[in-house]
Amino acid sequence: MATGIKDKVVILGMGCSRFGERWECSAEDLMLEAFSEALTDAGIPRDRIEAAWFGLSTDEQSLSKSALSLASALRLPNIAATRVENMCATGTEALRGAVYGVASGAYDIALALGVEKLKDTGYGGLPERTKGTFEDLWFPSVTAPGSFAQFASAYVARHGVALDDLKAAMAHVSKKSHDNGALNPKAHLRNRLTHEQILKAPMIAHPLGLYDCCGVSDGSACAIVTTPEMARQLGRSGTLVSVKAMQLALSNGSEAGFDSWDGSYAHTTRIASRRAYQEAGIVDPRAELDLIEVHDCFSITELVTMEDLGLADVGQGWRAVLDGRFDRDGAMPCNVDGGLKCFGHPIGATGLRMVYELYLQLLGRAGERQLAAPKLGLTHNLGGFPNKNVCSVSVIGTL
Amino acid sequence: MTRRGILSFGAYVPRRRLDRRAIAAAHAWANPNLKALARGTRAICGQDEDSLTMAVAAGAQALAALDMPAVAALSVASTTMPFADRQNATLIGEALALPDTLATADLGGSLRAGVAALRAAFERPQTSLVVAADKRHTRPASAQEMRVGDAAAALVVGEGEVLAEFVAGHALSVDFVDHYRASDADFDYALEERWARDMGALRILPRAIEATLTRAGVAGAAVARVVMAGFPRREAEAIAAKCGLAAAAIVDDLIEPCGDSGCAHPLLLLTLALQSAAPGDLILVVGYGQGAETLLLRATDAIGRAGAMVGAAQMLADGTTDDNYLRFLSFSGALALDWGMRAERDNRTAQSAFFRHRQTVTGFVGGRCTACDTAQFPRTRVCVNPDCRQTDTQVAEPFADKAATVKSITEDWLALSYSPPLMYGNVRFAGGGVTMLEFSDFAPGALAVDTPLALAFRLKDVDARRGFRRYCWKAVPPRRLSA
Repeated sequence: MATGIKDKVVILGMGCSRFGERWECSAEDLMLEAFSEALTDAGIPRDRIEAAWFGLSTDEQSLSKSALSLASALRLPNIAATRVENMCATGTEALRGAVYGVASGAYDIALALGVEKLKDTGYGGLPERTKGTFEDLWFPSVTAPGSFAQFASAYVARHGVALDDLKAAMAHVSKKSHDNGALNPKAHLRNRLTHEQILKAPMIAHPLGLYDCCGVSDGSACAIVTTPEMARQLGRSGTLVSVKAMQLALSNGSEAGFDSWDGSYAHTTRIASRRAYQEAGIVDPRAELDLIEVHDCFSITELVTMEDLGLADVGQGWRAVLDGRFDRDGAMPCNVDGGLKCFGHPIGATGLRMVYELYLQLLGRAGERQLAAPKLGLTHNLGGFPNKNVCSVSVIGTL
Repeated sequence: MTRRGILSFGAYVPRRRLDRRAIAAAHAWANPNLKALARGTRAICGQDEDSLTMAVAAGAQALAALDMPAVAALSVASTTMPFADRQNATLIGEALALPDTLATADLGGSLRAGVAALRAAFERPQTSLVVAADKRHTRPASAQEMRVGDAAAALVVGEGEVLAEFVAGHALSVDFVDHYRASDADFDYALEERWARDMGALRILPRAIEATLTRAGVAGAAVARVVMAGFPRREAEAIAAKCGLAAAAIVDDLIEPCGDSGCAHPLLLLTLALQSAAPGDLILVVGYGQGAETLLLRATDAIGRAGAMVGAAQMLADGTTDDNYLRFLSFSGALALDWGMRAERDNRTAQSAFFRHRQTVTGFVGGRCTACDTAQFPRTRVCVNPDCRQTDTQVAEPFADKAATVKSITEDWLALSYSPPLMYGNVRFAGGGVTMLEFSDFAPGALAVDTPLALAFRLKDVDARRGFRRYCWKAVPPRRLSA
């Protein structure tokens, strides 16, 4: 009988590079920036790391395949290292590998590192890529904003919300992220915007304007994990940051090809979050979670995710957003580090970056953006498209 | 006696009609005389249309007009089909989901190929679909640019309840070069119109027409409808007069609303003639170019059924006028705009994968699960219904004719499109099935959830590096085709 991952693995150290248009840095430089911070934080020599999981999404854009680039960049001592890729959940998937590696008893200490070097394409937005030999023949040449923008049309149709009201709520999401990002020295975008500036931005994919879209960033984030016992042996006293749940749900084609899904929500987020709550022993997420880091690739994604995580009533998420429930000073602070929107979205690093923020917040190390004594947080990634995606939901808390 | 003739027809004229005044205005600085030709509109292909896609659209209309057409042959006539060595007719047949036992042929080389293809269909025993389409490129500021238009027409020829029976035909081959286009050329090279008229049309066509009338044993005055494409009205009347044909019998040439659609044009005009003919009317169809092809048809008592079919008149009644000449140049490839780095992506086709999937991609055939009756696209081995999940239970389910509606939509200004914004979204099909498709021919703002859709075979993309073109099905506005 599986018992889940709760409290079997803790985080020994974490690091995160500054995110942004890091023109001066290679992917290797970014990896080293995150890793050095994590290693110092963990207080161990690198030779204590026994295995590594490496998150990199768009290998064709930067580092090629396998984890060889990780092993070489960090000069790892010929340990097992595996590259993982699962779209926007890639960083979390690297962490899941390391966490499961430690929980299995195969290793005492494992490394998870995610990186993405996106800003070498020469153009804005995500890199162009093939969708495979079959879909390239007939599937629309969609972009990420165009895919996620469809949440909005379906949400309006499903819930009868006026588009202007929805746009106002989406603008609220983006304004909040810019306000939060302004407090984060590692964030890609640190400028504050007015509601009007957001609404008047150039259209990218209707109804998403420029400021409804997250940054396309370079960056890396890293975690070193171990067992609670080993953490104590290594001299860690006081609060430990522990993995409470790690869940992943993938679409199986039903949303894309079967008409039981109306397009206004992410089916996988609902499944993964319910599983995660169960694994973490959470009964009432609205009451028990202190903060959340969700996949706000686009403002509308964050809005529907509030409903999918059960943190707002279905069809009422836009009202909850406008009421400030997810603001820094609201009942459920969301993306207090700026989120994908402003911290940035180096795909392979993003999931680990979310955990990094929870780690800092839970240990009271978040500086100017520190919340009052949080104990339990959630991370969420949604990769792919609303109708076909990879969703990870993790719960991280104190031990 | 079994009569061989026309069982049905279809037509396709692109929605977009370029106002000729916009062409003349753009060139007024260089060629002010074009203003004299600046009447009406010319039909122009969208950025994702070509002769091949128009042929599929017209062919589908002709087939849809019949209950169960057991078409055994398909001929495609055009001077502008995209492939010189990859049979266009075969691809068109697969797009129309016709069986692979079909006898197919491409015809071209002259603007008379459309009528030649029709005559050949009358003279062979099988039920045949004949399609003609042309999208001719014209040099900016030329008289051809003012005159030419893009369109397609299709007819099903066979035996049974024909609308019009075949009476007689004739062919002449004369290497008279009033215009030509070399194999590797983009544009026609046209000679002086007076010489072309006096030494060409006025000499060659009367010979062919008179031979046809003589073979049929009828006088010119007995012909009720004359289809003569490609000549100014006065020239057509002069040809008619030489043969004893009544000027009043000459069918409108559709130059003003549509333009001259090359190989397709006589067949397009024939749809007008069929829809206006009475039982017993004789219809003369003339094709011209390096000689002539002539056909004499007689409308039967079934001609009344033509009114419910889709011909040139119905297609021309549903269109939008465009006055953006630069967009037309871009659509036709004459003007290369800066489409950014996203346009640089290599789109080489994995031909072995395309071959495996061509029923899905070209025919737009999905699946229907025999266990749970769920229609689905694309067809896969395991049923998409979460409550079913049976393996290998699906049978072929055509999707191209289904009614559909928008389930979700975006207008994407970031994605590459040669007619921005790229519009796409989830599409819900009547009778079940949902998939994401590109939307074409819609103006920004025209689409919302539940907007009705039809399906159309269109260009997916062009691999300029390797000279390949990919086609797929997209969602388009249903045509308003009331007779």
